[in-house]
Amino acid sequence: MLLRDQSLPRKIVFDSFVLLIIWNVKKMRPKALVLRTAGTNCDKETTFAFKTAGAQADLYHINAIKETNNLSDYQIICIPGGFSYGDDLGAGKILSLELMLWLRDSIGKFIDKGGLMLGICNGFQVLVKTGILPDLDFKQKVTLTDNDSRRFEDRWVYLQKPETSNQKPERREENSERREARGEREKKPEDIWLRGMPEVFALPVAHGEGKFYAQEAVLDKIEKNNQVALRYVNKEGATGSFPVNPNGSLNDIAGITDSTGKILGLMPHPERFMFKHQWPFWQQEDTVPFGLKIFQNAVSYFSG
Amino acid sequence: MIYRIDIFPKQEVSSSDLVSQIKDLGIKGDFKVYCRKSYLIEAISARSDIEKVADSILIDPVVETYRLIEGVFNSKPKDNEILITHNPGVCDTVALSLDKAINDLNLEVKSTRTARFYKFQGLDKKDINYLASKVLYNPLIEHILDYEKNANLKTLDEFAGNDYKFELVTVDILNVDEDKLLEISDEGCLSLSLDEMKIIRDYFKRINRQPTDCELETIATLWSEHCAHKTFRGIINYQEQDQAGNLVKEEKIDSLLKSTIAKATTEINSPDCVSVFEDNSGVVRFDDKNNICFKVETHNHPSSLEPYGGASTGIGGVIRDILGTGSAARPFASIDVFCFSPWHISYDDLPHGLMHPKRIIKGVVSGVRDYGNRMGIPTVAGATLFDERFLGNPLVYCGTLGILPWNKSFKTVNQGDLVILCGAKTGRDGIHGATFSSKELDEQTVGLTSAVQVGNPIEEKKVVEAIIAARDENLFDAITDCGAGGISSAITELAAGHGVMVDLDKVPLKYRGLSYTEIWISESQERMVFFAKEKNIEQLKQLFDAEDVEMTVVGKVTNDNNLTLFYEKNKVCELDMDFIFNLPKLEKKAVWVNRSESDSKLDEKEDYNEDLKRVLSSPNIAPKDWIVHQYDHQVQAGVVIKAMSDIGNIKVSDASVVRPDLESNKCVAIGVGINPFYSDIDPYWMAALALDEALRNVVCVGAKLNKTFILDNFSWGSPLDEEILAGLVRASKACYDFATYFGVPFISGKDSLYNEYSVGEKRISIPGTLLISAAAVIDDFEKTLTAGFKKSGSLIYILGFTHPELGASEYFRSLKIKKGIVPKVDKKTAKDIFTKLSSAIDRRLVLSCHDLSEGGLAVAVSEMSLGAGFGANIFLSDVPSVSDTLNYELLFSESPTRFLVEVSNDNKKDFEKEMQGLPVGLIGCVCDDAELNIHGRDGRKIVNLDLDSLRKSWMDTFREFR
Repeated sequence: MLLRDQSLPRKIVFDSFVLLIIWNVKKMRPKALVLRTAGTNCDKETTFAFKTAGAQADLYHINAIKETNNLSDYQIICIPGGFSYGDDLGAGKILSLELMLWLRDSIGKFIDKGGLMLGICNGFQVLVKTGILPDLDFKQKVTLTDNDSRRFEDRWVYLQKPETSNQKPERREENSERREARGEREKKPEDIWLRGMPEVFALPVAHGEGKFYAQEAVLDKIEKNNQVALRYVNKEGATGSFPVNPNGSLNDIAGITDSTGKILGLMPHPERFMFKHQWPFWQQEDTVPFGLKIFQNAVSYFSG
Repeated sequence: MIYRIDIFPKQEVSSSDLVSQIKDLGIKGDFKVYCRKSYLIEAISARSDIEKVADSILIDPVVETYRLIEGVFNSKPKDNEILITHNPGVCDTVALSLDKAINDLNLEVKSTRTARFYKFQGLDKKDINYLASKVLYNPLIEHILDYEKNANLKTLDEFAGNDYKFELVTVDILNVDEDKLLEISDEGCLSLSLDEMKIIRDYFKRINRQPTDCELETIATLWSEHCAHKTFRGIINYQEQDQAGNLVKEEKIDSLLKSTIAKATTEINSPDCVSVFEDNSGVVRFDDKNNICFKVETHNHPSSLEPYGGASTGIGGVIRDILGTGSAARPFASIDVFCFSPWHISYDDLPHGLMHPKRIIKGVVSGVRDYGNRMGIPTVAGATLFDERFLGNPLVYCGTLGILPWNKSFKTVNQGDLVILCGAKTGRDGIHGATFSSKELDEQTVGLTSAVQVGNPIEEKKVVEAIIAARDENLFDAITDCGAGGISSAITELAAGHGVMVDLDKVPLKYRGLSYTEIWISESQERMVFFAKEKNIEQLKQLFDAEDVEMTVVGKVTNDNNLTLFYEKNKVCELDMDFIFNLPKLEKKAVWVNRSESDSKLDEKEDYNEDLKRVLSSPNIAPKDWIVHQYDHQVQAGVVIKAMSDIGNIKVSDASVVRPDLESNKCVAIGVGINPFYSDIDPYWMAALALDEALRNVVCVGAKLNKTFILDNFSWGSPLDEEILAGLVRASKACYDFATYFGVPFISGKDSLYNEYSVGEKRISIPGTLLISAAAVIDDFEKTLTAGFKKSGSLIYILGFTHPELGASEYFRSLKIKKGIVPKVDKKTAKDIFTKLSSAIDRRLVLSCHDLSEGGLAVAVSEMSLGAGFGANIFLSDVPSVSDTLNYELLFSESPTRFLVEVSNDNKKDFEKEMQGLPVGLIGCVCDDAELNIHGRDGRKIVNLDLDSLRKSWMDTFREFR
């Protein structure tokens, strides 16, 4: 009799414990949406990278998302690499048009609610052409245009986070001096996606239209706001011409964030460095797959 | 109303690429060329709608602006301006995407077309007219928009007023003589011989009626060399004669394929072969869950006419072969192999009607690049070779590998299944001169018939996604691709043994005016055919809709063993399948006159520094990094060993290694063997050497022979030439001899014959070229190996015996020496060398490994050094060889089955023990100095070069392509 009475609360405790674990696991595993369309071609490995990094990941065609127009299930949205609609009218052009037409409000809400966004290669092109980058105001201010070599280039490059840069481009130093003279303080985007990355690391690029370009005033503002996330450098961390800068990007820009740091767009492919043997010299030297770290950063942002 | 929108870069710069191409033509001076994108839109909409399209779709507002004019022209173009657009019926992929985007905007237009606007400064009209078709456009697919004809153009519809009205066409073959029968075959471009025409006549006599045009075309297609491989499956009377003309040997070969290549596979009887020589590609076992499949195709003739379109549809076609294997495989890697003419030929020396090799090279490479990259399939391996005889007939091999679940490796066809056509719409593409007699082809129809095609990779990418999704939902059980012969061969072959009926009017068309026969035999790209149960159609439709892919039910599988076609309920074809698939065997004669090999001995030189630099700079050896970098060779994230490292020193690999499934450690090594030059001495040894090379390449990276599978792709001259056909027989015999010896089965293959062209009166045939492609399943990618030296101080061994075999070698060809002994595969040791080396690599006794091929030992050691930045000290006295072998022979001989192997000091004993009984020599060591030193037989230093100068010779050759 006594035993039977005790069993009920015990069950409640047990069930709550299970629920707590499930809740914690859920908390630890943010949900990522990898958004594809006709011509997207890095979607499967990008989804795989999110899963390897510990996220739950769904891969959906934009036609399916257009139906529901609901992004609220997700903490992370990624637009992966590829040739959306063949890049026929310019890289990422038609997909960016569709995002603007169909998902503009949902994306705004998604970011407001604290979601993270990642655009890789073609996805980066989409983010700048929608105006999600650099300012999330849906106005295109910068572009990624034809490589100076005028052709597709697939090669490994070295990248550097500007904060850790020893050799900043001259103009930026002038700017910061000017700002200091005016007593302005630098407001930095939060370091989310690239937290803990080494000073210089390598990733592959693979694109025909990756030259970062903007009018001088726009470029200055991006620099001033510390929105440059990655620059092309050599192994020693110094900037240089082709092939160090594989496409002729202004200020050697390989990736930028929005002013909060939540949205990252980059030309290099982190999902192509989630195993050490993707590095061309894996047989000569030991290495860490730094691409995977970018996905892990997004996961740990939510799991704490 | 037609609108034209020209897109301007805000900062317009002259195209340096076009300027340099124009300078290559011999046009001198300081001139500039500007190229702008241009769009033509026909719409009833207001101008503001068109402006909206331009603003939101057509320009990149950061760097571009536009000019909108009403009409194709607003004024007569100046002498220095031209506007180029596609020919009618040629696939305009950008216009298709524009249509999609305009539809997204909820705007309505009638039709769109793209064009290119060129403006020249500093060139006169004469120059511009001369250069236009040489560098700006190919008249086979594009034309200059003429002002007079287009100024008042009202519609962009190229097919207006071209509606088709059904009329059944029958051909009288019952009441005609033999001459007339041949005439019918010739005029209809049926390529059927008199014997074949008589067999067809007898069939129709039996069923007591005249054939329709469609029936004749169907038979012609299915009996064509391309579909039926008449030479390989026919009868060949093969003779060998001595030089005096005496008969030495005589043999009647009934099916060269069955008695050589397929026979080898049957005898080897590998338990890993799942489906070979049956499906669109060869299927072999990969792991417990999946099989892999591999196919290589040629697209030589289309690539010589339109390099970009030919190469892109080549890769597009072979990808569909993979998709059409079993009940659909997912493509995971591609390879490409090209044979071109050397490009240092002036335009003045170029025979009339031939395209400049430089244009062919650039066009072919960018064709493969643009299609492969857009498909998201990494192009991981290949080869590029050069010989003058490829001037009018380049070779373009494209291959693709796929992965498929083991229970999806076969097709099941059932009566009542519906026939579904999916993908692109059907046009007149690739119709071989059509069925109509040429008299009936007026100028306009000729213009509308597009023999040369341009691919639309995004359409194919969508088709792949839709089909794989449908496969995974078990919505269909049989699939095949539309290749040569279009739906005629696809549907007929898939329904063989059952029977099928098709409603041709249901096939979705690109434009109006196609007759029922044209629909049936069109070779439009990016289409697949599959058979599905009626109950699955709804779900299939939803799935295809979600991917924006069109699918249409066009027919039904029957059980009457008949091929029955209807057009608007009219029966236009009814053929007995037993008749169609029982084509007559043709008899051909082949005569081989034995050639005597004579060696050529040269005087020894003081040193071979210049010789090595010259050989390294040969375009066959110099690195093709400029091609590799243009290919997205890392997409899908599975590539473990790349064809070439792409950062730091250029390092070439013997083969590439790919993981098709990221959750498995299993991987596939992919390598090729090809060397047409040996054909000049004996095609038998050419084939044996290609096979040996392909195996060397995969074994170098860690493959084992018993898990290696090969493909044969013959590109040959005319089989009607007895000597050329005899060469083909000899090459096939070598395939049998060495595949069985090594125990490596052929799993698929293809032949491309009639590779020849005329320059004036002279007929030029390509050298008989066999490409052997090898795929090997390796258990653990961690055990694979790259070719560059790894560690200073480690030991360098040579494995295999070096004979003085320099016939057709890079070294002799660089000295223009035609004589020499062709290298021969030594059956005594070759297999042991492979097996023991594999075992040493598996035991991790080897640091790096590279095979000796073109350029021999000297080139192999240079490549291993250059890739790593380490030097090497080599002593030729320790190379296994007969004692009177000369230094240059040791350096440059191309004896097969040889490897350079780097071994660390710690593993010296174990490695040597493993190699016991084999010809092996410890010939030197890896050193820190960036220098290559090679000591001759007598100990004298005969090569002493620093790596920088070596690298310069190696890298300089393709400077202008980088």
